[in-house]
Amino acid sequence: MGGWAIAVHGGAGVDPNLPPERQDQAKQLLTRCLNLGISALRSSLPAVDVVELVVRELETDPFFNSGRGSALTEKGTVEMEASIMDGCGRRCGAVSGITTVKNPVSLARLVMDKSPHSYLAFSGAQEFAKQQGVEMVDNEYFITEDNKGMLKLAKEANTIMFDYRIPAVGLETCSFAVESPLQMNGLPISVYAPETVGCVVVDGQGRCAAATSTGGLMNKMTGRIGDSPMIGAGTYACNLCGISCTGEGEAIIRGTLARDVAAVMEYKGLGLQEAVDFVIKERLDEGKAGLIAVSNNGEVAYGFNCVGMFRGCATEDGFMEVGIWE
Amino acid sequence: MDKRVGPSWLRFQPLRGSLPLLPVNAQIEREAQRERHGVTQRRMGWAIALHGGAGEIPPTLPPERRQPREAALRHCLEIGISALKADQHPLDVRELENNPNFNAGRGSVLTSNGTVEMEACIMDGNTKKCGAVSGLTTVVNAISLARLVMEKTPHIYLGFDGAEAFAREQGVETIETSHFITLENVDRLKQAKEANRVQIDYTPPFQKEVKEETDIRGGDSQIGTVGCVAVDCHGNLATATSTGGLVNKMVGRIGDTPIIGAGTYANSFCAVSATGKGESIIRATVARDVAALMEYKGLSLKDAAAYTIEECTPRGTAGLIAVSATGEVTMPFNTTGMFRACATEDGHTEVAIWPSA
Repeated sequence: MGGWAIAVHGGAGVDPNLPPERQDQAKQLLTRCLNLGISALRSSLPAVDVVELVVRELETDPFFNSGRGSALTEKGTVEMEASIMDGCGRRCGAVSGITTVKNPVSLARLVMDKSPHSYLAFSGAQEFAKQQGVEMVDNEYFITEDNKGMLKLAKEANTIMFDYRIPAVGLETCSFAVESPLQMNGLPISVYAPETVGCVVVDGQGRCAAATSTGGLMNKMTGRIGDSPMIGAGTYACNLCGISCTGEGEAIIRGTLARDVAAVMEYKGLGLQEAVDFVIKERLDEGKAGLIAVSNNGEVAYGFNCVGMFRGCATEDGFMEVGIWE
Repeated sequence: MDKRVGPSWLRFQPLRGSLPLLPVNAQIEREAQRERHGVTQRRMGWAIALHGGAGEIPPTLPPERRQPREAALRHCLEIGISALKADQHPLDVRELENNPNFNAGRGSVLTSNGTVEMEACIMDGNTKKCGAVSGLTTVVNAISLARLVMEKTPHIYLGFDGAEAFAREQGVETIETSHFITLENVDRLKQAKEANRVQIDYTPPFQKEVKEETDIRGGDSQIGTVGCVAVDCHGNLATATSTGGLVNKMVGRIGDTPIIGAGTYANSFCAVSATGKGESIIRATVARDVAALMEYKGLSLKDAAAYTIEECTPRGTAGLIAVSATGEVTMPFNTTGMFRACATEDGHTEVAIWPSA
């Protein structure tokens, strides 16, 4: 084993009725991001730089729920969060409540590199962003028409009994199949925005890193913080591995999912795939989530217990795969 | 648990006055799980531990700085013990928050802007339900708000304006932010700014008679973070932590306290509350690691806690209190001292600051 490896994800919990064009779009985006990461790895960029680079690309593209294209709060605004962790020394940085910073993952990186702290949020984080001169835009930049429509439906779904038929309102992107009563975080799968994007990398020197970014849960209370900025929950990296999780934030936090993958490797001696499978099976109780992981041996693995996870992975020996379903 | 559909938060029953008892089959499963991991079946009864922060507490701490804190810990310990004896919810971090000698609630240390931003976290070991809040400026008891987040919202963690708004919706006690600011802390902030640094939990307030070259950390000490862990006579575990954070921290800085797995964690094996340098505790996922070492490596509570403090965090950065499902208590720290207290059903009680002989 050995060599570099990379995995990306665009969120777990996918509407099984997602139209084929959207599925293709997703796969193309994942492929593009993988290739971006792969060239960076081939030019010997360190793992922590690669994860930041790739997540920036995912944030900038409006397709997934992060950066532009983030899910909306109950007030119709965007509040983003992100975290990054460098397996070397387990340095970490995280931000929450970001409203005008174009790439939250880069702000998280700056918290890690340029501040005495690990985690900054809301106005304090925004202030830090200004001081650091990062690219800022209006909150409207992040809001897409798709998500405005989704928010409306989510609000209706929240006030409707579960088995009530949700009227289709001409949104071609998703259909509302009451016959398949799938839910994530209390929302019907058709309006649930798979939370987060993420990237995990082990570089040619065996260094692991992980980064995760999100707009959070559709129709969330303002001020709600999920698993993505929480070191040990949504993101974790140490000298053994790097992990990024996605799905029901509350379940991931309660299960300290990312840390647990590393902990069972460290304390129980499990291999990467075994550890991933164990955590998905045993640590989620009734929660629905997925994760991607790499090990310092150049392995890559993923797992999820819900319907679909947008993901892609590649290793130095030429393996490459992009997928959505089982 | 049944697999019926519906919003996930409806499946949970809100905690009432006492910790929830496990349904019988879950209890059996938990016992079996512990047996598989070699944890002793013999239950030692209830246990409780409290801390008022870890750091460079100098042995020369004058009595007038030491005694009020010891008294407060003793008082809170007694409240907790009575609750446990009466089979009620023992987590009484509120009392510690109200005491201005501790860095939580009133007495919280100040941000670089001279404001308070408080955070707290609570977790129930059996259900792994949790609640956390950050960036509070007017809520009198942050820990109570954290509990409401756990019980009354579909979320786990609310911060800043959103958390303050939720507090008002819930009608919890709020007060103007100046209530939380003490003169001592204004002095500490001034001192920290002069030294141009962010200070960890322990820093003495500026004393004019102390020469500049005297170790700034000598003399008095500020107490950082308060926490409480408890296990009742049924083996139900719970933890709660609350803090004002670091002196001169950047506005918006979040520490380890509200991060599940870092400063606070409880599952069916143990309940943990940590204190010290937040950034180190987050990196080492201290609270989760104590439980993980017990679960995955079969270590005892004492060994798991000692390992985490000695091997996983740098010297001078952390301390923790923990109880196990079988009623054991441990309170290790790698700093000069840690304000702490504990009691177990068999009658052992302890209130201490420095390492026991």
